[in-house]
Amino acid sequence: MRNLLAIYSKELRSYFVSPVAYVIAGVFLFLTGYLFRNILMQFNYWCLQFSQRQQFAQGGMPNLNLNEMVVTQFFAVMDFIWLMVVPMITMRLFSEEKKSGTIELLMTSPVSPTQVLLGKFFAALSLYTAIVALTLVYCLILEAYGDPDWGPIWSAYLGYLLLGGTFIGVGVLASSLTENQIVAVLLAFGALLLLWLIDWSASFAGPTAAKILSYMSIIQHLQDFQRGVIDTGDVVFYLSFTFFTLFLTTRVLESRRWRR
Amino acid sequence: MIEVRELSKQYGDVTAVDNLTFTAETGQIMGFLGPNGAGKTTTMRMLTCYLPPSSGTASVDGYDIAEASLEVRRRIGYLPEQPPLYLDMTVESYLRFVAKIKGVPSPELSSCLEDTMQKTGVAHVARTVIGHLSKGYRQRVGLAQALVHNPSVLILDEPTVGLDPKQIIEIRETIKSLRGEHTIVLSTHILPEVSMTCDKVVIINNGRIVGEGSPESLTAQLQEGEVLRAQVAGPKDTVQGLLAGVPGVLEVQHEEAGGAGVGAGEAFLITTAPGQDVRNPLAKAVVDGGFGLRELRSMDMSLEDVFLRLTNEEQVEA
Repeated sequence: MRNLLAIYSKELRSYFVSPVAYVIAGVFLFLTGYLFRNILMQFNYWCLQFSQRQQFAQGGMPNLNLNEMVVTQFFAVMDFIWLMVVPMITMRLFSEEKKSGTIELLMTSPVSPTQVLLGKFFAALSLYTAIVALTLVYCLILEAYGDPDWGPIWSAYLGYLLLGGTFIGVGVLASSLTENQIVAVLLAFGALLLLWLIDWSASFAGPTAAKILSYMSIIQHLQDFQRGVIDTGDVVFYLSFTFFTLFLTTRVLESRRWRR
Repeated sequence: MIEVRELSKQYGDVTAVDNLTFTAETGQIMGFLGPNGAGKTTTMRMLTCYLPPSSGTASVDGYDIAEASLEVRRRIGYLPEQPPLYLDMTVESYLRFVAKIKGVPSPELSSCLEDTMQKTGVAHVARTVIGHLSKGYRQRVGLAQALVHNPSVLILDEPTVGLDPKQIIEIRETIKSLRGEHTIVLSTHILPEVSMTCDKVVIINNGRIVGEGSPESLTAQLQEGEVLRAQVAGPKDTVQGLLAGVPGVLEVQHEEAGGAGVGAGEAFLITTAPGQDVRNPLAKAVVDGGFGLRELRSMDMSLEDVFLRLTNEEQVEA
């Protein structure tokens, strides 16, 4: 545990002494802020349109739901930004150690590969969670001028935490495979994008394969969370996916010791 | 104490280390000498449990590197050829991190860091970011990193490579000051380093041991007979014949480049049979022949010669 903490705090520190954490948080918040503003303006426009039309039409005002038309919209675009940003958070975790030779220090110290891996994983997850938490500001803005339902918002954030674990698991695995950070980014990005789009091919597959393919889709499982439904099936999907990628990473790290 | 028994390592078809067996006693500095690519780094990586051996075993303080890897890793300090430094950390926070993962208990942490920084002379740069340090200081921080948990065994892979002469001397002094407390294995391709710092030398080439012993015994062991250098004023061929006629002389070679200076005469390298001192008969023969003896001295074989001879023989065989 002490080893894990030592590695965790070292990793977290190195995110914040370099510009990495600030640039990632800055770019991410700028993009999401821009998108949030546009979604909100769009909502405003609809509200105005309908309130004018109401004067002519006798029918009731259509149900303009803040959660459905703003929050869910916003979360749907945030997924995609994370898909591109997470590989950049994880790319250096192992590839930099390999390149600079510090992996030799870690592997010849009395620490297990699992401790090293978990320390790094939780450091990346902490950075991710901190940035995700900053997006709560947008929801607070909605709270100030409207009346959003907080239930689905919290469940969506729980979903994001689980999704983040999975994304970071894939990113760490990619980083452990290479000493080149650009290769690590591309591997992680490619894998995540494939897992995102995998249910597309479900429409052209047989019934069983279609089920498997759409179950594999990394983003499908998030939609329940965004609607305010916490399904244990979805939770299990993300957690088991994360464990699987971490397990593979420990195998990669230990593989050096099998090569006789 | 390190015991290595029949250790081998293959990378595919290439044999990097071939059947090594040697022992480094407690408190000794052992030099691991060989040309680049001889298998020094691979051997060290196996001793530090970074790479598994293809066959054979080794033990550190009685713990087997394959079966008790964690115990071994607790007991070794390792400085790879490229010091494993995090360039964005300060010296102190880096050493603190290393001490933690090496298992130094929290109450001893601060005193441990103080000691190590004193010993390696990095105390006054403790708050400097490692990336801003010069190569020499980085090497010291690397050494400090290996020492921080006070390991019984220190493994240093080319600790002086890439440093300037002054820094080399400083690092060597630091290493020598550690003698007695730790068992030290030190690899190098620089010969004087071995004769200056080590109690024992293992010379390897192409992954095999080609010589082993103290620097002095290794030199003596390879001196099959003595080589004398004589400078005689007189006609070359006559003198050469005369010298070759002295009992106990095996071979006389004329040294083309020798004999500089007016009246210095011709230079000859005389190989003599082992265990015979032929200097008196030689001098007598020259004087009796009526030539001028300008110089007569014995040529000690330096470790450099031993090294070259050993590693060259190996290549001829291969």
